[in-house]
Amino acid sequence: MSSFDSLRDPDKCKAVLKLIEEAMQGQTLRFMEVCGTHTVALFRSGVHSLLPKSVVHLTGPGCPVCVTHDSEVAAYLELAKRDDVIIATFGDLMRVPGPGGGSLKKAQAEGARIEVVYSPFDALAVAKNNPGDKIVFLGIGFETTAPTVAATVRLAKEQGLSNFFVMPFHKLVPPALDALLSDPAMAIEGFMLPGHVSAIIGLEPYRPLAEKYGIPAVVAGFEPLDLLQAILLMAEMKRQGKPRVINNYKRVVADEGNPKARAILYEVYKPGDALWRGIGTIPGSGLVMSDAYKPFDAFDALGVELKECKPLPGCRCGEVLKGIMPPNQCPLFAKACTPATPIGPCMVSTEGSCAAYHKYQLDLSPGK
Amino acid sequence: MGKKLLLDQGSGGLASHRLVADVFVRHLGNPILARMDDAALIRPKGPLAVSTDSFTVDPIFFPGGDIGSLAVHGTVNDVAMLGARPLYLTCGFILEEGFELDDLDRIVASMGQAARKAKVKVIAGDTKVVPRGAADKIFINTTGIGEIVVSPAPSGHRARPGDVVIVSGSLGDHGLTVLSHRQGLSFEAPVQSDCASLNHLTLKLVKGLPVVHVLRDPTRGGLATTINEIAQQSNVGVVLEEQAIPVKPVVASGCEILGLDPLYLANEGKIICVLPEKHAAKAISIMRRDPLGRDARVIGRIVSDNPGKVVLRTGLGGHRLLGMLEGEQLPRIC
Repeated sequence: MSSFDSLRDPDKCKAVLKLIEEAMQGQTLRFMEVCGTHTVALFRSGVHSLLPKSVVHLTGPGCPVCVTHDSEVAAYLELAKRDDVIIATFGDLMRVPGPGGGSLKKAQAEGARIEVVYSPFDALAVAKNNPGDKIVFLGIGFETTAPTVAATVRLAKEQGLSNFFVMPFHKLVPPALDALLSDPAMAIEGFMLPGHVSAIIGLEPYRPLAEKYGIPAVVAGFEPLDLLQAILLMAEMKRQGKPRVINNYKRVVADEGNPKARAILYEVYKPGDALWRGIGTIPGSGLVMSDAYKPFDAFDALGVELKECKPLPGCRCGEVLKGIMPPNQCPLFAKACTPATPIGPCMVSTEGSCAAYHKYQLDLSPGK
Repeated sequence: MGKKLLLDQGSGGLASHRLVADVFVRHLGNPILARMDDAALIRPKGPLAVSTDSFTVDPIFFPGGDIGSLAVHGTVNDVAMLGARPLYLTCGFILEEGFELDDLDRIVASMGQAARKAKVKVIAGDTKVVPRGAADKIFINTTGIGEIVVSPAPSGHRARPGDVVIVSGSLGDHGLTVLSHRQGLSFEAPVQSDCASLNHLTLKLVKGLPVVHVLRDPTRGGLATTINEIAQQSNVGVVLEEQAIPVKPVVASGCEILGLDPLYLANEGKIICVLPEKHAAKAISIMRRDPLGRDARVIGRIVSDNPGKVVLRTGLGGHRLLGMLEGEQLPRIC
């Protein structure tokens, strides 16, 4: 049996499920899976359908597309209209609706030049092959993807490229968790911490949160046994009243994270305030270009500004992202808002919680 | 550098005639095509199955096939899924000015080979050459005609509770091959398209078991989309067992890397067969005797619950909805 098979082994999973049921005696656990990939993994593996009802899972702000603010979407859609600009982006953003109903997909049909890339380095190749154009890479993503984008910017500088730019929409996870926990409306009793983000930042940034708010937190992988063990650990810490941060994804995540990736990240970027969809500005939760790399910042170099946008009417993405409302209780869910007609990005992103509920949940009626 | 296609070669004049003789007739020729009348005279026995499809795949050459063999296999398979014996094909080519003549020759030769293997004749064709940029290298349309050999013919409307769902082999091979070559990605183990004509296998199946309710080839949209179409056409529920669905390890891990789901990837050489459970063992034994059905197995059943929906029972015993694909699959951010 390979290690992957072992993490998907039905017997082992059933044994942990039994332990969860025992650990849950007399308590309800409202845990939030921060990462969109965890949301999808919970549904895709069927773990969601097997959990006891006393385990209430809340989806968090961990899908990079979903937390991209309307103003940010409007800004890159505006940029896509320019004749001398080629937008380079990960595929996830293609169908995200902007405040006016536009999207990159629609812009492409109207003639905008858009390249879907698998890596920011591919965007650099686009820049080299089109020296007369300005190539703007949409820097969406958390601590996981930001170091690769930073490495790309550094390479562009080394190679003297003057037509490659990044729109730095990156966001940082720990400040967002702090903002959520400080909201009195929230009732989170455990965090399933993102595996990929943690591989970069390690455990340290989470520890002050666990202490300040007394909340159990487990760094988890994405296989069924990973998910179940994380829930069991949270339930046990809760029952024992000993909240702390546990790394249960040691095969990928080192406790100290990846210092090399962080060094590249903070050479190119520095922390700054960031706008989060449905949450607003969170101080220190974003990344802005450091002074040495300012010429690569699309905002500065191409004169782009974030303009205030009214939230989409009826869209409750903010409450969904904060875990206050399950996706299927949004009045628009599966009615006006479907994957074919998404009102908000949570319904269109492959890691969006609304998309996951719509795609995997058999019963789409409210509350199920 | 080899010779390139000129606009003149689509003009209908002498240059066109030379192209037809040198490339198309040379590789696809047969007595019906050789008559060179405005239309082909054929005398098939009715009722007939007719299907048409256009092929615009990029890249045009990929491990396991090319756009030419795909244009034959794809349409032959569509006709075969009605339990028919495909007999004739027509093909229309839209070619971009400047296209390499050597590549065209290779593609048409591959079509000829695929047609001979499938025992179908190309009886009519058309060639247009459009200015550079007006098409992407080569587009091929094929129409297939076949004789129905069983009545009632298998159809997506005939799935009934109590039937089982059988698949002839591993899923996602073609889709991952084309996607990974389009992006210039390579995996540790090679992936290869399953592109093949399935008509000999389907004929054995429907002749040996005239009780086959549904035959479908899960092309674009993959198993998930095709099985949803069957659920909706027949207004039945489908329960699939995730663990029984064959996906090669290289395809599974390639999909994992790219954030894709193999159940939504295209297949060009696989069959979904739905028939009453009591005939399942015989169907599998017929399929396994053919190289194209070696890995045939039952992957699920038709039920009366949740009509129009497909439920996937996961390896853990949990369940989830397996819906249709919305748009195209795109790689994810992280």
